[in-house]
Amino acid sequence: MVAKPKPKLAVWKFASCDGCQLSLLDCEEELLAITGMVDICYFPEATRAEVKGPYDLSLVEGSITTPHDAERIHKIRRSSRTLVTIGACATAGGIQALRNFKDVKTFIPLVYAQPSYIETLNKSTPISEHVFVDFELRGCPIDKGQLVEVLNAYLWGRKPAIRPHSTCIECKLAGNVCVMVAKGIPCLGPVTHAGCGGLCPTYQRGCYGCFGPKEDSNTRSLAARLASPIGMEEDDLVRLFRSFNAYAEDFRKESEAHED
Amino acid sequence: MWTIQPRGLGDLLEALRNRGYRVVGPVVRDGAICYEDLGSIEDLALAWLDEQEPGNYRLTGSGNGDLFSYSPGAHTWKKFLHKPSVTLWRATKDQKGLHLKEEPTAEGKVALFGARPCELAAIAIQDRVFLEGPFVDSFYAAARKEMFVVALNCSHPSKSCFCVSMKTGPRAATGFDLCLTEIHPNGEAELVVEVGSETGGLILADLQRREATEKDLEAVRKTLEEAEQRVERSLDTEGIQGLFDRSFESPQWDDVARRCLGCANCTMVCPTCFCTTVVESSDLAGAEATRTRIWDSCFTKDFTYIHGGSVRPSGYSRYRQWITHKLANWIEQFGTSGCVGCGRCITWCPVGIDITAEVEALRARERTGSGSGGSSHEGNA
Ligand code: SF4
Ligand code: SF4
Ligand code: SF4
Repeated sequence: MVAKPKPKLAVWKFASCDGCQLSLLDCEEELLAITGMVDICYFPEATRAEVKGPYDLSLVEGSITTPHDAERIHKIRRSSRTLVTIGACATAGGIQALRNFKDVKTFIPLVYAQPSYIETLNKSTPISEHVFVDFELRGCPIDKGQLVEVLNAYLWGRKPAIRPHSTCIECKLAGNVCVMVAKGIPCLGPVTHAGCGGLCPTYQRGCYGCFGPKEDSNTRSLAARLASPIGMEEDDLVRLFRSFNAYAEDFRKESEAHED
Repeated sequence: MWTIQPRGLGDLLEALRNRGYRVVGPVVRDGAICYEDLGSIEDLALAWLDEQEPGNYRLTGSGNGDLFSYSPGAHTWKKFLHKPSVTLWRATKDQKGLHLKEEPTAEGKVALFGARPCELAAIAIQDRVFLEGPFVDSFYAAARKEMFVVALNCSHPSKSCFCVSMKTGPRAATGFDLCLTEIHPNGEAELVVEVGSETGGLILADLQRREATEKDLEAVRKTLEEAEQRVERSLDTEGIQGLFDRSFESPQWDDVARRCLGCANCTMVCPTCFCTTVVESSDLAGAEATRTRIWDSCFTKDFTYIHGGSVRPSGYSRYRQWITHKLANWIEQFGTSGCVGCGRCITWCPVGIDITAEVEALRARERTGSGSGGSSHEGNA
């Protein structure tokens, strides 16, 4: 039997903080097993060595924020058999998508001494707005267990066992006491995609929605409850829904509904 | 019937531990009554008062000398019997082929300390589901086999409780080895103990006790009568299967779907909900695989995902499925309602959706003639 060549893996970066790519390096225990199963061909965060494409699997971090990005992602798509986006920037535009609610030209001069050097798009957009994406892995940052699951599922040709239901289910599986019901702490868990294992409620904090909207998220009903009896003001509601996944459709619409 | 002093609770705990039981019971954690291991009697939640209402739970000191002035809290006993996550089997692959290895079901002996009457009714329902059908769940059976139950009758039902209309409380009739009722004959708390099994009798024999007097028994009757009167909430179960049959397209489902988050908290906290999914995982090299069973919920889309999509794609159809199964179809399937009136789904629903109010709303729509036809959905959608 001739050994099959290992699939070629590439890791790409767009506008992002690198945290999700680091999750791959953070897979200490699994890292050797991963390198045993795939050839890491392009991963500037980890190594300068580079093997030319095409690639079997591309992991894409970050959002599209410049005209150059918007071109580059098409090249990457063309050289990738399977393309998976990792993290809130790549799947929803990230925290930098806050610009989408304003006119970016008005604050470039406030930040940069030479605004004329800055070439940027008015919106920060997810990869899926530009090219076809095979799978979107959520989270800010992604959960490394879920990342390994995606790689594993890819290697064995099965669907990743990543459930799109609420964070509440994970919170309850962990045996937590609901912080919203028992303490009146605002929590986005009921509208947020699972993946973190209910991390914040485990530490008596409300969920920040790092994994973005869950399937069929009823943000309107939750927001009504957060307003009364929990007591959040309209401004607070805008801010609550407007963080790492601000531009994910369900969260975007909900934050806009509370703006005057 | 016997009477013991509050310090007898510690002796009871020790007696159980000495006989090799892992004792679990109510403790206070993160602002709520939870069911966890009782390492010593200091862990047991005593003199706490809970306030419950739809979507709201608060725990404060009772300050009235009562030991058990709280009702069912954040957890259910099902976490010890029908566990949130169970490894079903593992498999390994080598040159010789695939080797399946079943996971052991062996359980130590567990004693539930302070199970409420509605909770005993819930365990009886899960017994029917897991033990009395054509397929016995070996994991549940193993956990259940040597279980010891110290029941605790309710003197302080919460505002979410509706055991009376579901005929499950506030007094336990069966399903326990020992059953306690807190009384205050002379201002001081005492506990009247009823023996429900031979093992229960043997364990009680180890404790300092006296025979219950007529006055003690009168206090028990009075306490539980008063408790019954304090159960404000109720669910009208009269002709309930017919109600759900007729309400299949009620506009009420649209109404509740606007409020329901589909978060599944209600099913997670329900002591009778039993649905699970199985998840397969393997190591990266493909040499080892594991099948795990975890709690699932009819409120997720994946729950009914078959080729081409989810059978119940809307919040409308998912809420309808849950309540119709729980209160009506369950009767056909298992000969009992799936609801014991513990009130958890009401308290722990983040937006306070109340199962009893939803039934009332369905009835009201029938009375006013707005019971069908006004729905925006067809059939199962
Ligand atoms: S704490 Fe948040 S995530 Fe957990 S059950 Fe409550 S609402 Fe859901
Ligand atoms: S349906 Fe609600 S009230 Fe009935 S047993 Fe389940 S959690 Fe308790
Ligand atoms: S009824 Fe309440 S707890 Fe149940 S899924 Fe709907 S919002 Fe969540």
